[in-house]
Amino acid sequence: MTNDTFSLGGRNLESRLFIGTGKYGADSMIPAIAEASGAEVITVALRRVDFGNPKGNVMAHIPKRMQLLPNTSGARNADEAVRIARLARAAGCGDWIKIEVISDSRHLLPDGYETARATEILAKEGFVVLPYMNPDLYVARSLVSAGAAAVMPLGAPIGTNRGLATREMIGILIEEIDLPVIVDAGIGKPSQACDAMEMGAAACLVNTAIASADDPVLMAKAFGKAVAAGRAAYLAGLGRVLEKGAAASSPEDGKLTGFLE
Amino acid sequence: MKTQKYSPMEDGFYPELARGAAVYDAVDPDSVTEDEVRRSLAAERVTERDYLILLSPAAEKYLEPMARRARDETVRHFGKTVQLFTPLYLANFCTNRCVYCGFNTNRRIARQMLSLEEVEAEAKAIAATGLRKILALTGDAPAKTGAQYLASCLEVLARYFPSVSIEVPSMTVEEYALAVAAGADGMTMFQETYNEVLYEKLHPAGPKRDFGFRLDAPQRAIMGGMRSVNLGALLGLDHWRRDMFYTGLHAAFLQEQYPEQEVSVSLPRMRPCGEKPTTREEREFEPTPVSDKHFVQALLAFRCFMPQAGITLSTREPAHLRDKLIPLGITKVSAGVSTSVGGHVAAEDTEDREPQFDISDPRSVDEMVAALEGMGYQPVFTDWVLPGKGEESLTAGVVRALGQDVVGSASAGARA
Repeated sequence: MTNDTFSLGGRNLESRLFIGTGKYGADSMIPAIAEASGAEVITVALRRVDFGNPKGNVMAHIPKRMQLLPNTSGARNADEAVRIARLARAAGCGDWIKIEVISDSRHLLPDGYETARATEILAKEGFVVLPYMNPDLYVARSLVSAGAAAVMPLGAPIGTNRGLATREMIGILIEEIDLPVIVDAGIGKPSQACDAMEMGAAACLVNTAIASADDPVLMAKAFGKAVAAGRAAYLAGLGRVLEKGAAASSPEDGKLTGFLE
Repeated sequence: MKTQKYSPMEDGFYPELARGAAVYDAVDPDSVTEDEVRRSLAAERVTERDYLILLSPAAEKYLEPMARRARDETVRHFGKTVQLFTPLYLANFCTNRCVYCGFNTNRRIARQMLSLEEVEAEAKAIAATGLRKILALTGDAPAKTGAQYLASCLEVLARYFPSVSIEVPSMTVEEYALAVAAGADGMTMFQETYNEVLYEKLHPAGPKRDFGFRLDAPQRAIMGGMRSVNLGALLGLDHWRRDMFYTGLHAAFLQEQYPEQEVSVSLPRMRPCGEKPTTREEREFEPTPVSDKHFVQALLAFRCFMPQAGITLSTREPAHLRDKLIPLGITKVSAGVSTSVGGHVAAEDTEDREPQFDISDPRSVDEMVAALEGMGYQPVFTDWVLPGKGEESLTAGVVRALGQDVVGSASAGARA
């Protein structure tokens, strides 16, 4: 356990919980939430950063110790995502970028093709690219070849708090993809984040579930603990669970291979 | 400006009105049972029929559970945030005779249009309040304040605001494209009423009289490149239930046709304009008032029907009511509002500046911010988008987003 640091984009992370900034009742809540969660990575939508505001903007509330993960929320295609990423870097937000390319306002599902295109362009420019994606094996593979630093499959559509609705598909990505799998979107409860971590996810990003809680600070703390617990359980190795078909449920005389004896 | 008789688009909303009427007529509002209301309210996805049921008299007893669902859906999709914007009246010349309007052509009011210098002065005054999103309005006087005038004004405004929307008369696709090229990214269009017969009665003369041309306007705006459209019916003309139902259908239709666009609605409610009627039509016009309770019901039912749509609330509603409505599903509010031409610079000079309607929430931007914060909501000033118009406008986007002090490094990086 002592050596279980998560290395991403040249940075070693102790916490495997990533948090957001966009849905809190006030930006001033961010330091307390960040502190309670223990998170070291925080995502921020560049479209919401009011750089010109003399009274300051969301950036002023993000603890200096944290790794900033600007995101391309609002981009409808690869070109727009690329522009926003370059703008983020130019504005001093660093090299990490979470690609969000969404062209469906109802379901907010990511566009796999455009996401891969943006990832390829930005990875070549030296960005640490974390693409938000549907948990699709082929899209994940194209993101790997495009140079992504991790893949961020959705557990359920953004803002639904439905948990791991895509559980089977995320399981396949964890099994098949050599990059860290960071579950993003849809996680509604700490137990669901814990579940994702037990499955072998590298990290979880949680925003709505914390922001929409009655006590966001307490919920942030709960998520921090749940993610750590799930990770510990994964490392400890879960006890065997009998799979369907493996159980000796049929009587001796019904054995399918009895004729061999 | 359209030049000949307009035929509504075949793939537009006009044919949908007939389909909507069949849904509307299939439900007798007064026969809806509480059981039906409970079922519709518990539905995973609120259908058109469910929406109608939530708008029925039987649902009036269920406003509290509707409010809880509306609030929860809104917080999940938008967070505890509310966007702020303000309208900027560029001109009030108008050739229409909308019988309910304070700017109509029969009103003996001072008519004005801002010069580009005055537009810039207004822009500076508004930008100084911290606002980054603006709604530019004109009356309907194509010869004086048409698409070309609008485009010139937009070019000025785009230098001060990352997001500029327009609320102007219905235009052609080409005219919307011109506005987009000049810096607009959103349009607001109030159909006033979806009742075509009533519409023609309420608009006895002027270019606005063409119901179909107005109905298709949001779709033409999208075809012209607008990223967001905001719809609404002026509640209080026809029965609120009917117009609210069609507003929802219209919004859902556009969202389905154009999934990448942001579709929002407003719920403007009739306010007195403070003018005496001057014509027979105006004297005969009788609004059908919408009570606060029904207004809330309309808002809640719509939120349940379209959980991800934006909902805009104007200062037509009084401050005490606005504060109660915000948690029920509102995502955008206006603040620091003047409905007079040039009213942001000459706020005190009211002698010759007539408002289009009386505002009921006179709070400044700072006061609105304090009110939102007091309610546990984050006021959002900036939610810009970069228009996809090539490197030249990318640089403009950087300037707009980052302000003058970082322009050098930002545009260099953007070109890298």
